[in-house]
Amino acid sequence: MTIEATNSSMVPDSAAGPIVHPRWVRVTHWVNALAMFMMIGSGWQIYDASPLFRFIYFPSQIALGQWLAGALLWHFAAMWLLAINGVIYVTLGIATGRFRRKLFPIRPRDVVRDFLAALRGKLAHDDLSVYNAVQRLLYVGVILAGIVIVLSGLSIWKPVQFKYLTALFGGYDVARYVHFFAMASIVGFLAVHVALALIVPKSLRAMIVGR
Amino acid sequence: MPRERKKIPGVDPKLLIKDAAKLLPDPSRRLFLRGAASLGALATLTGCDIIDGPTAESALRVMSRFNDWVQARLFSATTLAPEYPESAITRPFPFNAYYSEDEAPDVDGESYQLEIGGLVDNKKPWTLPELYKLPEVSQITRHVCVEGWSAIGSWQGVKLSDFLKMIGADTKAKYVWFQCAEGYSNTIDMPTALHPQTQLTLKFDHRILPRAYGFPIKIRIPTKLGFKNPKYVTAMWVQNNDAGGYWENQGYNWFSGQ
Repeated sequence: MTIEATNSSMVPDSAAGPIVHPRWVRVTHWVNALAMFMMIGSGWQIYDASPLFRFIYFPSQIALGQWLAGALLWHFAAMWLLAINGVIYVTLGIATGRFRRKLFPIRPRDVVRDFLAALRGKLAHDDLSVYNAVQRLLYVGVILAGIVIVLSGLSIWKPVQFKYLTALFGGYDVARYVHFFAMASIVGFLAVHVALALIVPKSLRAMIVGR
Repeated sequence: MPRERKKIPGVDPKLLIKDAAKLLPDPSRRLFLRGAASLGALATLTGCDIIDGPTAESALRVMSRFNDWVQARLFSATTLAPEYPESAITRPFPFNAYYSEDEAPDVDGESYQLEIGGLVDNKKPWTLPELYKLPEVSQITRHVCVEGWSAIGSWQGVKLSDFLKMIGADTKAKYVWFQCAEGYSNTIDMPTALHPQTQLTLKFDHRILPRAYGFPIKIRIPTKLGFKNPKYVTAMWVQNNDAGGYWENQGYNWFSGQ
């Protein structure tokens, strides 16, 4: 409550400011959040049927689907939501020029500077419409991880019909590892992303109401 | 690439048996969708649906049937599963079932007859010596388990499409249903049955199929997941109704194509 009361972004007059996130960004963002929640949760349960690492196991209390067949039903239903929503997001991101405007350029020197500033707690968030270099790098990275997770997933699902795609990933068994590490990087991104959204609540508000 | 003993991630004979035991039919299995439904409901459905488990359950089943339809369209009658050199064969090739190896059916080859039924002109049952005389085809392909692991095996037998023609099967029928010695069963779509690599398998690695791998007959389908490759086959029916299958009836996707 104290945060809301003292946070200047929560007072009504800023509601008239410019739109930070257009509606299509907000809708695809939250649809993606839901689809990712279902895909990762069911993916963990599927992983447990034949773990890639002896020391990594996902308790079914934090997974989705209870057992292998249930998780597969979830995974292969939610994949449509993830893929269709993802195609819409990437298409609009490119077509509207938003990716080019917001995510580029990414200069290594800026990334280092902004990363050090973030560690010292000196990174400014006054203008939510401009992403700092670390944000740009992470957003481009997670979009690429999303593309890799879909393509590696397709190559595991259809190693015969899409055998050239599977071969591109180094074969069926390697594609499973690629799929796993793409998930791990998305989960890693999410940990940082959610933590920062909670530290800077007005960014969360912008993703809901647009400004 | 000489690989003496290829280690498959997550495949350990002891673990496999444990897995199998875990997968045994269990009344709690029936609860899985209800549990899943409540989680899913929280995420996807509106208020009154949260306690309405069957809504989510039937939605997931509908999606699975939709995925059958999509997969049937993705399936190509001419796309072949990759074949591998002898050196790539996984040794030992894993035994895998929902029961342990010593509980596997022990079929008597002497008295064995493959029963033929349904939309077929010649329903004469086949003995093993008769089947062993048929022209042999061979493949070294990857077996992919629904659990995720895979293993490369070498299978020899009769091309199923040739066998179906030989017995005068109606290849315009929709399904081929296989019944197995232990009560397992599978229904496959006719396009898959007619795929050039679908094999009525009699041998593993050029030796009569051992008990562990499905003696006397396995249906090797490299375009389907492992559980759609029935072993210990005792009967084959050509028909227009979907008779389901052991795992499919419990929630695994019906088409399960690769």
